[in-house]
Amino acid sequence: MSELKGIYALWYRETKVFLRERSRVVSSIINPLLWLLIIGGGLGSAVSFSGIFSGINYLPFIYPGILIQTALFSSVFFGVYIVWDKKIDFMKEVLVAPMRRTSIFVGKILGGSTDTLLQVLILFVIGFIFMIGGIMPGLHLTPFSVLVSLVFLLVVTVGLVSIGLILGSQMESPEGFQLIISFLIFPLFFLSGALFPITNLPVWLAPFIFVNPVTYAVDGIRGVLLGISQFPLLFDFALVCLFAFIMILIGTYAFKKMKL
Amino acid sequence: MVHFMNIIETKNLTKKFEKMTAVNDLNLQIKEGEIFGLLGPNGAGKTTTLLMLVTLKPPTSGTAMINGFDIVKQPDKVRKSIGIVFQDPSSDEILTGYENLKLHGWLYDMPDELREDRIKEVLQLVDLTDRKDDRVKKYSGGMRRRLELARGLMHHPKVLFLDEPTLGLDPQSREHIWKYIENLAKEKNMTIIITTHYMDEADKLCDRLAIIDRGKIVVLGSPEQLKKDLGGDIIRLKAQSLDLDALKKLPYVKEISSCDGEVCLTLENASIHLQEILNVVGKIDSVEIRSPTLDDVFLHYTGRAIREDTPEGSWAEKAMNASAKK
Repeated sequence: MSELKGIYALWYRETKVFLRERSRVVSSIINPLLWLLIIGGGLGSAVSFSGIFSGINYLPFIYPGILIQTALFSSVFFGVYIVWDKKIDFMKEVLVAPMRRTSIFVGKILGGSTDTLLQVLILFVIGFIFMIGGIMPGLHLTPFSVLVSLVFLLVVTVGLVSIGLILGSQMESPEGFQLIISFLIFPLFFLSGALFPITNLPVWLAPFIFVNPVTYAVDGIRGVLLGISQFPLLFDFALVCLFAFIMILIGTYAFKKMKL
Repeated sequence: MVHFMNIIETKNLTKKFEKMTAVNDLNLQIKEGEIFGLLGPNGAGKTTTLLMLVTLKPPTSGTAMINGFDIVKQPDKVRKSIGIVFQDPSSDEILTGYENLKLHGWLYDMPDELREDRIKEVLQLVDLTDRKDDRVKKYSGGMRRRLELARGLMHHPKVLFLDEPTLGLDPQSREHIWKYIENLAKEKNMTIIITTHYMDEADKLCDRLAIIDRGKIVVLGSPEQLKKDLGGDIIRLKAQSLDLDALKKLPYVKEISSCDGEVCLTLENASIHLQEILNVVGKIDSVEIRSPTLDDVFLHYTGRAIREDTPEGSWAEKAMNASAKK
């Protein structure tokens, strides 16, 4: 059972660290709030949809997208953060312990998913308040829809944490952080349909959106929370699971090959 | 049958980096229960050797057996047999000292009760019991170092690696730690590999030691043996001018060398011969007689003195930089 204890140790550490770093908790509330209120409110006053989303306000439309955005930023960064671990050498302490690399990877994924889901839960609370306040018409936050959304978010988070860990395990210093934001996180976010419907896309843009795994997570959660989606729910879910699975495989491999 | 089990055996262990060979064809046998020292100047290859032995860096060629397991082929099993205290801090700043130790206990699969007992024991040893619930962020450099040590000792591994264990500690803490290390080796039959550039530490602690320079073993033996091999006592003379030729004629003077602008003579029973030597050399400014130390051994074999400052990029330096930033 030693592996389980080790995995628990890693999870414990990540969760403790997350809860103690108040600045991270605060920014995880403020950022999405700004997006919802300013982009949702400001742009929303100028946007009206036609097609399947006609009649839906912009704010509830992007709410699922902002959930994903939070998951995206927090989980990729969580993974990339092991570069920092390497720097302060906590990674050495873990790597020299009698644990399999795979278990270390699993522990990290669990820790990262917990962080992310805690942040997302805060967003659900905010969403609930907005819904009661009547500024998000059309949004159905019920125990069931929240639960299904959480499952979606969990699976996509596992995939995203894996991406972060893959990158982090290969990086030698935190200097590449900016590049990751520019070339990974922003494209994944903007090309996911989080901010606009993916019907009637320009021909040159459509392929980028349809190869982006995050697209299907956004579509799935929108389907659950708004009742309108581009693809069937199970199709979305299957693709997100496939994405997570492939990333876990690559991540396990990358971790085995990780150099200090 | 081999009677004494070698708990560590390196076989042509080599690590090459792009421009240099850090560890060159190293062959070492270390016996169970031994305190073995790796001594050397900065960049001699001590830490690289250690990192290979604890499976964190793969060797370029060659391998080593630890507790019967191959570091290249069975790193998992090797890791079960060892513990290490790194030169750089590797505890989590946001967690408390106690939490860091608890994590360590979990990572090493210690039973709960034993873990808590050991935590108490090692905290007391390094004198951190009062501060155990403070975050490591608030610890001073020396306290962090002590916490690292406490953690490495906690699970009583078969082989314990200590990379510059008392670097930056005050004399009292060093004495404390030395005693504990000696007890561990004696009572638990634990093998302890220690890298250091403190000669007094090596002399006091190590059963045997190897002086490493430029990735190779220069000499290996017990501190007593190494000192004896130098051939007796040392007389150090300072004078405006010395009659070296006359000194060379004295039959009992084994070696004459210059050290830092002064002249050092190696000979046995220096106190008996002192009067005669002084008669021969004439007027002198000062004279010193002493038994050889490991510093002399080091100087003899490497041709230079070991630097007494802290290694570059060391843990202590980083800690100081970090606190300077605040």
